[in-house]
Amino acid sequence: MDMEFSPEDLAFQQEVRDFIAENYPAELREKQDEGEEMSKEDFLVWHKILHKKGWIAPAWPVEYGGTGWTPTQRFIWSEETARADCIRLMPFGLAMVGPVIYTFGTPEQKAHFLPRILSGEDWWCQGYSEPGSGSDLASLRTTAIADGDDYIVNGQKTWTTLAQHADWGFFLVRTDKDAKQQEGISFLLIDMKSPGITVRPIITLGGEHEVNEVWLEDVRVPQSQRVYDENKGWTCAKFLLAHERTGIAGVAASKRGIEKVKAIARTEVDGDKPLLANAFFKRKVAELEVDLAALEFTELRSLAGANAGRGPGPESSLLKIKGSEIQQRLTELSLEAVGHYGAPYFRGFGEGDNEHPIGPDYAHRAAPTYFNMRKTTIYGGSNEIQRNIIAKMVLGL
Amino acid sequence: MDFTYTETQDMIRDTLARFLGDTYDFETRQKFINSDSGRDPAIWTALAQELGMLGAPFAEEYGGLGGGALENAIVMEELGKVIGIEPYLPTVVIAGGALKAVGGAQADAMIPEIIAGNAIIAFAYAEPQGRYDLANLRTTARKDGSGYVLSGHKSVVYAAPWATHLLVTARTGGNARDRDGVSLFLIDVNLTGIVRRDYPTVDGNRASEIYFENVAISGDALLGGEGTGLPLIEQIVDEATVAVCAEATGVMQKLHEGTLEYTQQRKQFGVPIAKFQVLQHRMVDMFMEVEQARSMTIMGTLKLELPANERMAAVSAAKAKVARGANFVGQNAIQTHGGIGITQELAIGHYFKRATMIESQFGSHDYHMDRYERIVLAD
Repeated sequence: MDMEFSPEDLAFQQEVRDFIAENYPAELREKQDEGEEMSKEDFLVWHKILHKKGWIAPAWPVEYGGTGWTPTQRFIWSEETARADCIRLMPFGLAMVGPVIYTFGTPEQKAHFLPRILSGEDWWCQGYSEPGSGSDLASLRTTAIADGDDYIVNGQKTWTTLAQHADWGFFLVRTDKDAKQQEGISFLLIDMKSPGITVRPIITLGGEHEVNEVWLEDVRVPQSQRVYDENKGWTCAKFLLAHERTGIAGVAASKRGIEKVKAIARTEVDGDKPLLANAFFKRKVAELEVDLAALEFTELRSLAGANAGRGPGPESSLLKIKGSEIQQRLTELSLEAVGHYGAPYFRGFGEGDNEHPIGPDYAHRAAPTYFNMRKTTIYGGSNEIQRNIIAKMVLGL
Repeated sequence: MDFTYTETQDMIRDTLARFLGDTYDFETRQKFINSDSGRDPAIWTALAQELGMLGAPFAEEYGGLGGGALENAIVMEELGKVIGIEPYLPTVVIAGGALKAVGGAQADAMIPEIIAGNAIIAFAYAEPQGRYDLANLRTTARKDGSGYVLSGHKSVVYAAPWATHLLVTARTGGNARDRDGVSLFLIDVNLTGIVRRDYPTVDGNRASEIYFENVAISGDALLGGEGTGLPLIEQIVDEATVAVCAEATGVMQKLHEGTLEYTQQRKQFGVPIAKFQVLQHRMVDMFMEVEQARSMTIMGTLKLELPANERMAAVSAAKAKVARGANFVGQNAIQTHGGIGITQELAIGHYFKRATMIESQFGSHDYHMDRYERIVLAD
């Protein structure tokens, strides 16, 4: 056991740093620094640069387009991209449906969809939750009824993140009404341009249009777009959730987040000293750093286990719980740090809007981000559900 | 970067776990900690001579197993699982660590004695006024010819009643709390003028108040430089602190497992209380603290080799987190057991008592958060 980087690792680290410095788009950096909302194109520009370089999917097996990096190289990659504050890659294709397709998909599905996920040609969204099925996901009622070579899909999905941009969606649908809940579900890939699909925005607390309702009315879906066996969709769903949870720890991004909070607290003045010199505020920052170190080393241990042939198991629920709590505490500290300037409502920059928003740049998104990030302990299986999973799968209760 | 244990490390853990499983069941432990001497010396001898375990962190040229801090952590975690009272921490981790650091004739003479199980060394560093400040010393070592004369009072010296030697911090110069003027001595426990008041501790160990009344010690008792000992003392106390984190991990794991087991047996309202979600989630929270204690122990252990400031920040982060976790897991283990948890009858309460003493050993949560902030969040 050791934490040393080998000379090869250090060379790789330098290569990554150089690549980011030379290739990260300056306009994107500027938009991020000013706290603007990102467009679809903003999300995709960095994706496409990485795809061209062959670095878009480090976690994938090499045969499907992965980089073949060692776990240490992947660790370096996530550290360096967070350090450089690179925009987050959308997880729906790369981290969610991609692994489901290369694990459970047919050769045709792999050949068609995987390259398009890698290139960014298809934007994916996730059709899981329904108005009546949140934590109790397996109670979902959207139906898919066989009709020749197709299914006819009817129902309503909700909380569908960035579905307004999506070309494709992966959906959990009920294909057997009489089976036990988990056993009657199938995993379908649906073209979002199909007739009968309606996407309606839901505006969240920060004022963002991030999530949507998706209505499906007599949507015709070829059965060849079902992944894995009929009524075995729950297997794909559980696999996907475990995958989703590891990334969700967000260690590298939270490290960067702490640096940002510290920078704010060194700028903001409290009495005759920087806010960071306030003993109470400083202690909260320090506690957060300590908890983040605990999360980081728990993730490193978990990766070592995964490297030894165990996939991400139920212990990844721990990473989700602690990771999301830390993300929320970070946004809370940012909001606390900006003081009065948490209050002005920031609309973003409209067309031809030349007036600078109220308050310092770092304050613009403090409150919206704090409000928005309440989602982290709710999505991906709420933290209460994660505790149920650990209780059952790890503690055997 | 590698987060796996070597085969040798796995073997050390397995061998020790098997040995302790055979020799250290709760009833046996209670019998010897309540005996006059408070221990069973045969266990220490067996650890040394049958298992070679006291050589875990020492180089092979001394007759050791060639390990280091990771091996110490493995041994300490296993001792934690049985709430072992064997003086591995002061003898092997602390005194052994100091001897490894200074090397030379002192190490050549003493390390083989440790490995053989002949030497038990207690660490006399704390003083009534000093709390966790290692430089806050009133004990003095006054130069006298080629040797020194030692005077002062050392507090709560764990394992001193069993010790053959004492590792003592004392002031050879400077004023109380100065960084300069601190020295480290390794002395025989039976020197004239050493007065001990021995007592049991709440966590099943034995300790002493030690009074040095003009104790004449020889010049070669000095470990390292005269008056420049503080960096070495800080280093060995950091090594001891992560070792205690490892012990805490073992203690916390047993508190958690014991609680899981008990809730599956204990029935109320017609069902095992483990069926109640409120208790399930609490036990999940306990599990997460155990896992994070394990992670922080590894983090602290791996960072012991870094430059002093980085080492201290890492060790303080680890100890602060583990102290909180030990508190949470211990208190909730007792709460979940209900009335039976506050009796002497069950092992769980004895694990809780050790966990509670670990919280402040080598510095409380607040002490370590302060130290962390001074290094990492300086204005």
